[in-house]
Amino acid sequence: MTVLRIGSGAGFSGDRLEPAVVLAERAGLDWLGLECLAERTIALAQLRRLKDPAEGYDPLLARRMTPLLPVAARNGVRIVTNMGAANPLAAADVVLGIARGLGLALKVATVTGDDVLALLSPEDRVLETGGRVGDLGWLVSANAYLGAAALLPAIESGAGVILTGRVADPSLFLAPAMHRFGWDPADADRIATGTVMGHLLECGGQATGGYFAEPGLKDVPDFARLGFPFAEVGADGDFVLGKAPDTGGRIDAMTVKEQLLYEVTDPRAYATPDVVADFSGVRLAAAGPDRIAVSGARGRAQPRQLKVSIGYHAGWVGEGEIGYAGANALARARLAGETLRARLGAAFAELRIDDNGCTSLPEKDYRDTEPYEVRLRVAGRAGVKDKAERIGEEVEALWTNGPGGGGGARRYVREQVGVVSTLIDRERVQPQLTVKEWRGEKATA
Amino acid sequence: MKKRLHELAHCRAGDKGDTSILSLIAYREADYALLARAVSAEAVKAHLGHVVKGTVTRHEVPGLGALQFVCEHALGGGVTTSLALDAHGKSLSYALLELQIDA
Repeated sequence: MTVLRIGSGAGFSGDRLEPAVVLAERAGLDWLGLECLAERTIALAQLRRLKDPAEGYDPLLARRMTPLLPVAARNGVRIVTNMGAANPLAAADVVLGIARGLGLALKVATVTGDDVLALLSPEDRVLETGGRVGDLGWLVSANAYLGAAALLPAIESGAGVILTGRVADPSLFLAPAMHRFGWDPADADRIATGTVMGHLLECGGQATGGYFAEPGLKDVPDFARLGFPFAEVGADGDFVLGKAPDTGGRIDAMTVKEQLLYEVTDPRAYATPDVVADFSGVRLAAAGPDRIAVSGARGRAQPRQLKVSIGYHAGWVGEGEIGYAGANALARARLAGETLRARLGAAFAELRIDDNGCTSLPEKDYRDTEPYEVRLRVAGRAGVKDKAERIGEEVEALWTNGPGGGGGARRYVREQVGVVSTLIDRERVQPQLTVKEWRGEKATA
Repeated sequence: MKKRLHELAHCRAGDKGDTSILSLIAYREADYALLARAVSAEAVKAHLGHVVKGTVTRHEVPGLGALQFVCEHALGGGVTTSLALDAHGKSLSYALLELQIDA
C-alpha cells in the first residue's frame, strides 16, 4: 500500500536543531513539518518587524535551514513550516539566499493572509474575558488560524519549502496527506484522523518520550539522543506513528496517550479550521518496536469561524531572586519577602512573592517538609521599563539591607506581550500564495 | 487504604490562555474505574483550589483509560501575562499526582 511519510522536526521555536536533520536523513520521509509558532511567538515576531521591515520571521530560521536544505534536497524531502511567523515573504528571501549559497536549486512558496489586524473592529469580543478588543490598548498583532486548505495551492506549486505564518498546528501535517490522497475536505472522519496525526506530530519529541521521562517509573532509553516522530499515513487516513531509526526515546501507548490529550479542552470536540474532531474513540495498537498504529477518530463539520490570536502590549515585568540556605532558610526568605512587600507594595499594584524550592511552582507544599535552601523570587508589572527595574534593584539591595546569609541575587526585566483570542468569519480571511525560485545558476554568474 | 495518584496514574499538563488542562492517565487500564470513581472534578478543585480559581470540568475517556480535567482561571490570568515563575502551570501535573484517594 502506498503510504506518505511525514516527519516532525520541531515542536516549538526554540526546539533542538539536530533531530530534524536526523529524520530527513534516515526516515525515508516525503515531508518534514517544523512547528515553531506558539501563541505569543508571532506577536514577538511582529514587534521585531515593526522595528525592521525585513525582520519578523523565526529567529532560528537560518540555523535550522542551513543543515536541512542539502539533506532534504538529496533525499527528496519537502519542508512545510510556520517559521515565516510575522513575515513569510522575508523568510522566503532568507531561505533562497541559503540555497544560493549552497548551490541548491529551490522553489519556495509562502502562504500569507493570516494577518487580520486591519480587519478587526474595536467592538469584536475577546473570548477569554468577554471584553472588547478596543479595550486591550496597543494591539501588536492579530493572526487568524488558517487551515490545511490554505496550504494546498502551495503544495500544488511543487515548492521544496513552504513557509507560512499562523496556521493551525495540526493542519501543517494534515495538508500534505490531503493533497497526496485527494481527501475531500468534507470527509470529516478522514480529516479528523489526519488532524489526530498532526496533533501527535506537532510537538516533536513530546510524542517520543520528551516531556515524559521520570526515572524508575517512566524510563526513556538513550534519552540524550531523543529521536523525533514521523507518521506513515495510508490513503484511508489511518496511520502508524514511529520515530527516527537509531535514535533514543520511545513510542508506546503511554507516550502517545499523553500527547494525544495534550492541551485538548474537550476530547470529543477538538476544533481546528479543518474539522471538529472526536478523540474519544481513538484506538492505539502496538505495531512493532516504537511503532503505534492509530485509528478510530471521528469528525464533524469544520467551524464556520476562525480563531484569531491577538497580541497586545501588556507592559513590563521586573523580577528579582535571592537565595537563603541552612538553618531558618525559609524564615529568612519570608522575612525578605515581607520586607520587599513593604518597600515596593505601594508602587506596584501587582506584586508576586514566591519561596522557590518550597511553594513557587504549585504554590503549595503538599509534603510539608522544610527545604535546606529557598530561593525568594519577586515579580511585578509596570507600564514603563524604568519602573519595572525597581523590583530587581530592591532585591539586590537585600545584600546589605535584608536578612542574613542571602546569596546569588539576580535581576531581570522583560517586555510583556499578552495574547487573547477572538473569532472572525471564515470568508473574510483570504490566503495568498507567492512562489519564489532560485534556479541554481552559479552565484558568481 | 490511601494511595497517592502518583502510584496509579501519569499526568501531563497543557495550557490554553488562563485554562490548565490536566490529563490523568491510568498506568493499568484496570485502574481506570477506580480513578473515575475517586477523582471527581470537585476533588480536583479542592486539591488545587489555591491555584485554580474557576470551574473544573472532567471529561471521561475510558478508551484511553484517561480523565481530562479542564481547569479554568488557573494560570494567574493567562500564560502570557502571568507573573508566576511557572506561567504555563506545567508543574500542576505533578501537583495533581500528590492527591491521595481511598483505594
